[in-house]
Amino acid sequence: MLSCREVTLLLSESLEHPLKLRERMALKIHLAMCDGCHSFEKQMFSLRGVAKQYVNGLADELIKCEDELPPPPL
Amino acid sequence: MKINLEKSTKTTSEFLHDGEVVEDLRRQMLKFATQQLGDFHLAEDAVQDALIGALKNVTSFGGRAALKTWVFAILKNKIADVLRSKQKTVNVSSLQGAGEEDENEDFMSLFDQKGGWNHDDRPSQWCDPEASLSQKDFWIVFEACLDHLPPKQARIFMMREFIELETDEICEAADITINLLFVTLYRARMRLRECMDMNWYQRSQNHAELS
Repeated sequence: MLSCREVTLLLSESLEHPLKLRERMALKIHLAMCDGCHSFEKQMFSLRGVAKQYVNGLADELIKCEDELPPPPL
Repeated sequence: MKINLEKSTKTTSEFLHDGEVVEDLRRQMLKFATQQLGDFHLAEDAVQDALIGALKNVTSFGGRAALKTWVFAILKNKIADVLRSKQKTVNVSSLQGAGEEDENEDFMSLFDQKGGWNHDDRPSQWCDPEASLSQKDFWIVFEACLDHLPPKQARIFMMREFIELETDEICEAADITINLLFVTLYRARMRLRECMDMNWYQRSQNHAELS
C-alpha cells in the first residue's frame, strides 16, 4: 500500500513519463480512497495547465474552478 | 437604433509595424526569454530572431492578442533551440547543482510518520469563489511563487512546463541525471503548489504576502 508521500512522488513523475502498470494500479487504489491525494492530483494537472496558459496567453474570460484562468500578463 | 459595429480591425501586419506595440511586445518577450535562458544576450538574440521570423511570415489573422500568442509561440521554439544546443551557448554552470540547492527539502513536514498527510496539510480542492474580481492578481501571485523557487529549480521547471522540452533534452542541457530531474521537478511542483495554495486559493481577504 502506497503512502500519501509516495503517491505525490509518483503523481509528479507521471507528468514526465507513463508509469508502469503496477504503479498505475497502486495509484488508482490509493486515489479512490484518499481525498487529499485526489485533490493533489488535480492540483498537479492544474499547475501544468496554468503554466501552459502563462506562456500561451489564452484569453479565457473567467476563472471558475481549477482550470479556467484569465489571460496572463506576458 | 443603429449599432456601430465598426471597431478597430487592425491586422497582424499593421500591429507588427506599429512601433509602440512592437516595443511593448519586445519588452515582454525579453523578460520571458531572459527568465528561461538566464542570459540577457542570448535572450536578446532569441527575441530578435523571433520578431524577424514573425515579420517574415506575417499573416492577417486578427487582433493583438492573437499576434502575441503567435509571436510567443515562435519565441518558445527559438528558446527550445538555444537550450538544445547547449554545448555552444547555454551557460551550463548556471544550472549545475540544481539538485543540491534544495537538498534538505523533502517536504517530510507535510506528512506524518507513515507518510500520510498531516491533517492541516491535506490538499483540498482548488476553487476560487472571488476569482472574477481579481483575475490580474492570479498571475501576480503565480509569478511571485515562481520567483520564490530556488533559481536553478525554477529554470528546470520552466524548461519542462513553459518551453516543454522532453525530459532527456533537459537532462542533456542541464547535465543532470533523470532521477535528479524527477526530484527537482517534484520539489518545484511541491513548492509552487504550496505557495499557490497559501497565497491564492486559501487566502482570505489579504493580498499575497509571500514569506
